[in-house]
Amino acid sequence: MTVTHPARIGLRVIALGYLSLLLVLPVGLVFEKTFAQGLSAVWASLTTPAAISAFWLTVEIAAIAVVANTVFGVVCALALVRGRARGRWLLDVLIEVPFVISPVIVGLSLILVYGTTGWFGKWLIGHGITVIFSPPGMILATVFVSLPFVVREVAPVLREIGTEQEQAAATLGASRLQTFARVTLPSIRWGLAYGVVLTTARALGEFGAVLIVSGNISGKTQTLPLLVETRFYNFDNAGAYTAGALLAAISICVLLVMTATAPDKRRL
Amino acid sequence: MAISLHDVHKSFGPFKAVDGVSLAVAEGSLTALLGPSGSGKSTLLRLIAGLEQPDRGEIAIGGDPALAVPPQRRGIGFVFQHYAAFKHMSVRDNVAFGLAVRRRPKAEIRERVEELLAIVGLSGYADRYPSQLSGGQRQRMALARALAVKPRVLLLDEPFGALDANVRAELRTWLRGLHDDLGVTTLMVTHDQEEAMEVADQVVILRSGRVEQIGPPREVYQRPANDWVMGFLGPVSRIGERLVRPHDVSLALEPDGDAAVEAMVSRVVHLGSQVRVELELAGGGDAHAQLTPTEADELELERGDIVYLRHSPATVLSA
Repeated sequence: MTVTHPARIGLRVIALGYLSLLLVLPVGLVFEKTFAQGLSAVWASLTTPAAISAFWLTVEIAAIAVVANTVFGVVCALALVRGRARGRWLLDVLIEVPFVISPVIVGLSLILVYGTTGWFGKWLIGHGITVIFSPPGMILATVFVSLPFVVREVAPVLREIGTEQEQAAATLGASRLQTFARVTLPSIRWGLAYGVVLTTARALGEFGAVLIVSGNISGKTQTLPLLVETRFYNFDNAGAYTAGALLAAISICVLLVMTATAPDKRRL
Repeated sequence: MAISLHDVHKSFGPFKAVDGVSLAVAEGSLTALLGPSGSGKSTLLRLIAGLEQPDRGEIAIGGDPALAVPPQRRGIGFVFQHYAAFKHMSVRDNVAFGLAVRRRPKAEIRERVEELLAIVGLSGYADRYPSQLSGGQRQRMALARALAVKPRVLLLDEPFGALDANVRAELRTWLRGLHDDLGVTTLMVTHDQEEAMEVADQVVILRSGRVEQIGPPREVYQRPANDWVMGFLGPVSRIGERLVRPHDVSLALEPDGDAAVEAMVSRVVHLGSQVRVELELAGGGDAHAQLTPTEADELELERGDIVYLRHSPATVLSA
């Protein structure tokens, strides 16, 4: 479609204006409010025991969820695109579930399964494993809500590259593992990287599902998003902004690292 | 025999892609699998490579039963129509791939890659990426990659099918020369009769998953097994009960002799090195004759002229 010069400028103004109002302005204000307190206040707010604990818990949970969903996502995408098993459509539908179900329901259903009265929870507690109101449950919830991203980014790339390069590798003597490592993985790397960034962002920011299964115990099961909420409802607005700014900064860093390393112009 | 197949069958759902093919490919030969699309020629090649499994039948490579052997260990080199170049690797790494996965010493790999790039005429291109090569260069790279592991047989699936006509013609002459130099048993799939005729020692003509005829190019052209083969290998005209090649038809202005068939000229087409005369036969039906420009000049044919056809040794008697 060709667009005239004034129309092109108009479209840009609309797109940028829309993004500014919805995204740049609110997030910018969070940073503005944060640093309006002065740097020493920011530092004090970030170094309380609760904040430090929340920061590390958030990073740990996100790291585990990202690794789990990266491995699962690649295996699943391979099964969907390259597999021949019947019922792949079912897998395809199931992967969408975390996208369509509210995170609150994810949290509740985890309690039904793993809670003290849940059907699997009783057995686990009997064996000394606590899932709900402790980090394992928070990891499960985070893995669940961030599950589709890698699959959804990798599957179309796999479909696009086709099977010829993999077949060529096989005829040249490469084992399945060698073919995967030397041919398939490098071919899907940008799709995979983008999926990992989205998974990371989602895992860092997850609120609803984690809130329900964590119990939000300060210093124990409180992540950064939960800390923001707690401070906000305790009338510590400045503290809430500071924790929020930290969370936003981590996510923006992840996105920037990704954008800087990807030579693929379509991603820029 | 370098490759032998016995009663090989392969269906995809209700479609019989390969329907009872038996075939032997001689050591050091260049054999073409020739047929129209859907004749099963590519499937046959993929069965030999192990990229597909037959429903039944036997396949042996170098005398060894191959069916239980995965593609990795069949000792084959495979070249795909659309190159299947590893896009994220340089030309050097593409060619080195088969040796690298076999964990050969670095020095040996470097030497072999240089040697192969020289053979396929890509010596200066080692550090380029496939996207920086032309189609013909990519296919030569793919050939070097397949040859690097010293395969017992080389399988080429429509290797020039994605190339422009002039590059095609150039590369097939080059391929024949390469084969004469290296002597690797080669099986090539093509739908192009001219390509098969020019390049191959032996042509296997396939139709609907079955072998119609096997023989050297000259034999299948001059003594086609049936009407279909004759029609597939080149243009034919039907004159009375017979199928005749247009270049076997001669025209005269007078009906001397009794075998001549009367016809009217409907069009004279000058094609440079040859002249095609389109004819309406007196007994009904169309035919055409292929003359040299000298012959055509002597006859001074024009639309509407009456001529008499004769044909040299008739080829196939129609059923």
